[in-house]
Amino acid sequence: MRPLAAMLCGVMRTLVGAHAHWQEAPTPARSIYFANHTSHMDTLAIWAALGPGLRVHTRPVAARDYWERGGLRRYVARRVLNVVFVERHREGRDADPLAPLAAALDEGSSLILFPEGTRGAGPLPAAFRSGLYNLAVRFPAVPLVPVYLENMHRAMPKGTFVPIPVICTVRFGAPLTRCADEAREAFLERARAAVVALA
Amino acid sequence: MSGREKFYWLMGGVLTLLVMASLAGAWLRARAATDGTRAVVANLNSRIRAWWAMAAIFAVAFLAGPIATLVLFGCMSFFALREFVTLTPTKPADHVPLFLSFFVLIPLQYALIGYDWYGLFAILIPVYAFLILPAVAALAGDPDRYLERTAKIQWAIMVTVYCVSHTPALLLLRIPGYEGQNALLIFFLLLVAQMSDVLQYVFGKLLGRTPLAPTISPSKTVEGLVGGGLAATAVGGAMYWITPFSPLQALAMAFVIVVMGFLGGLTLSAVKRSLGVKDWGAMIEGHGGMLDRVDSLSFAAPIFFHLTRYFF
Repeated sequence: MRPLAAMLCGVMRTLVGAHAHWQEAPTPARSIYFANHTSHMDTLAIWAALGPGLRVHTRPVAARDYWERGGLRRYVARRVLNVVFVERHREGRDADPLAPLAAALDEGSSLILFPEGTRGAGPLPAAFRSGLYNLAVRFPAVPLVPVYLENMHRAMPKGTFVPIPVICTVRFGAPLTRCADEAREAFLERARAAVVALA
Repeated sequence: MSGREKFYWLMGGVLTLLVMASLAGAWLRARAATDGTRAVVANLNSRIRAWWAMAAIFAVAFLAGPIATLVLFGCMSFFALREFVTLTPTKPADHVPLFLSFFVLIPLQYALIGYDWYGLFAILIPVYAFLILPAVAALAGDPDRYLERTAKIQWAIMVTVYCVSHTPALLLLRIPGYEGQNALLIFFLLLVAQMSDVLQYVFGKLLGRTPLAPTISPSKTVEGLVGGGLAATAVGGAMYWITPFSPLQALAMAFVIVVMGFLGGLTLSAVKRSLGVKDWGAMIEGHGGMLDRVDSLSFAAPIFFHLTRYFF
């Protein structure tokens, strides 16, 4: 839905700017963008910052229980953002929670991922969950791009339902890949440090 | 000459100025020899390009009528306040007051001009917003740096909304013999304030020796202020024919605009420094942010408005 997509991007530009700041020139190659998560607008902010060229083959990963609530939200998630849904609660899950993500990567899409799994209160991310590590193991060739969302925790702090206008820059860092034999904890801490370094 | 005719003469003049500026910019670019001059000329040229865009936006707004003008200045307030708030250390307890400032106060302040309700326009922010927004913040129950936070938000709203809104508020004035031409007063104010900025910049670059306030605004010089200020005052005096003023009165009004504009730039530079930045934002290429462009206007507009209202 192009008019709705353009409108959403316009709203994001007006409210929070959402201008991209690339440490290295962006490549059109399939990537996994992972970011700190502080507000309900984070997905849209990264999506708007990517620009039309990268946006078309990038799919945000998001919780089904949040985006399936309400008609408009579901419509935007499915038809505009083309969200890859994940189940946050165990009962809804099939055997492999990463299967939908792997399928999206296999078909050539890039992913937007929030490895903390939930929104935090402060500007810096909490410890990452294992999802990013498992994807890095399964797709060693896909570059992992750290993203830092500046100020989004001020635009719409946890517990509020309306945004306020604050200029938020979206910083894309240098891509990283998992080193051979890098352990789960070490890799996740290094990935988190890459996001923090952009702050 | 009717208001319309004056407007077209003005647009012709602005167009000529911009064409001349662009040609001069191209000539300077061809001549720039060192990296230092190239950087200065590149900055000058991006400023000139931004001037083209600003002049075009204003021309369209004036032709489209008062509502378009109000919407335009409302957007300027919105983006200027967004820059101010971005640099101000607010807390989650300020969320509701800030939401009200952006989405209730700004539309209301400009709508009051549209509804021709001067009484409420003049006190909405200094009285109602000043009392109610801090009370709403207090209800959120966070005493940490409370006075500092609310004072900064109040400053932000005064400068970016209350002061800036006095430019289109010129449409409210009833001046005998000048009916239907108030938009030209907006033009007079904008022209003098912006010419003063440009000429101070040019005079400062050409002749600037003595720093004026090096700790607050390192680029301002005594030579730039005097040369640019006097030149802009003369420009204002020469534009008396679009105003209800006599030539001498126009000269005096232009002088007030220049002085207040200078004080606005200086004061907001001090605010910027105390918040720890050089530019308010990066919205307008070469100029920094929206607030870097309207700082002088925000101080000149209310004073120009009240002097005109009182004496004419």
